[in-house]
Amino acid sequence: MSDRVSSDQAISPNARPMTNGAGAAAVLAAGIGSFLVAVFAILADQIASIKSLMNFYKPTGPLSGVTTCAIVAWLVAWALLHRRWNWRNVAAGRITAAAFVLLFLALLLTFPPIADLF
Amino acid sequence: MEITVRGFWTMIHGMGFGALYLMACSGALVELFLHYRKPLGPEILIENEKFLGIYLTVMTALAWLTVLTGAYIIYPWYRATPPPGAASLATFPQRLLMSSPSTIAWHSIGMEWKEHVAWLVPISITMATAVFLRYRRNLTQQPELRAAVLGFMGISLLAAGIAGFFGAMLNKNAPVQGGTTIHIVRGEQP
Repeated sequence: MSDRVSSDQAISPNARPMTNGAGAAAVLAAGIGSFLVAVFAILADQIASIKSLMNFYKPTGPLSGVTTCAIVAWLVAWALLHRRWNWRNVAAGRITAAAFVLLFLALLLTFPPIADLF
Repeated sequence: MEITVRGFWTMIHGMGFGALYLMACSGALVELFLHYRKPLGPEILIENEKFLGIYLTVMTALAWLTVLTGAYIIYPWYRATPPPGAASLATFPQRLLMSSPSTIAWHSIGMEWKEHVAWLVPISITMATAVFLRYRRNLTQQPELRAAVLGFMGISLLAAGIAGFFGAMLNKNAPVQGGTTIHIVRGEQP
């Protein structure tokens, strides 16, 4: 007997149909979280009061607040989007494209010569 | 043969977690690409699917361990401020790099980019693992999510590569060292 299972067999008859909403929520939230790492880093670098606020753990400095805020925002965005889109089919193409744009911007905006333009 | 505690933790962070992530990510990308490329490759066997799920979960743990040890154990040693009138900057890597025009860019570009871009890695791989574990073989029916998993993993490999490259170069130019010395092996007298 083959140990391969077809896609249809993988879904229990009682289970709800597999939708793309939960996956799209995870993808968009990851894009948002990545983008926020860059945004918070720029804000902490450019604005003294935010830099001071981001100093959650003194030995690590503002990096501790920048990353903690971005991670918390990412997880909150993920939870909210998941709650909204779970068990729904959404426009995954556009959502994935938006997530890629945010991720690409994060990659560019964390590069210091570009971040210093702001 | 000996190593300082700071050198040991830097090795665990860079070679233990970071380099292992880079190697694991390359392997996972090839494996996923073979199954999810167009036209779709062979369906993943149940055993392989379970293994891949565990593999991605371990990769996610590695990514988080890398950034957390980097930010909360090594970075404080890297950015430590020397006392006024310190005779040597050898145990203050950031200040050592900033003390010379020929090395300052390793900090102002290298470390400044590395300390932020590295965080894209755990975010990306956590998402990729979560999506894989949720959809497993049904990911073949979700082309957009498939593309997102592969794309984000590709970017995580790039970001980890950037962080790893600058980490290695920073440690070459201004090693994080100090703390208690650990004797690994005592060599014979020549």
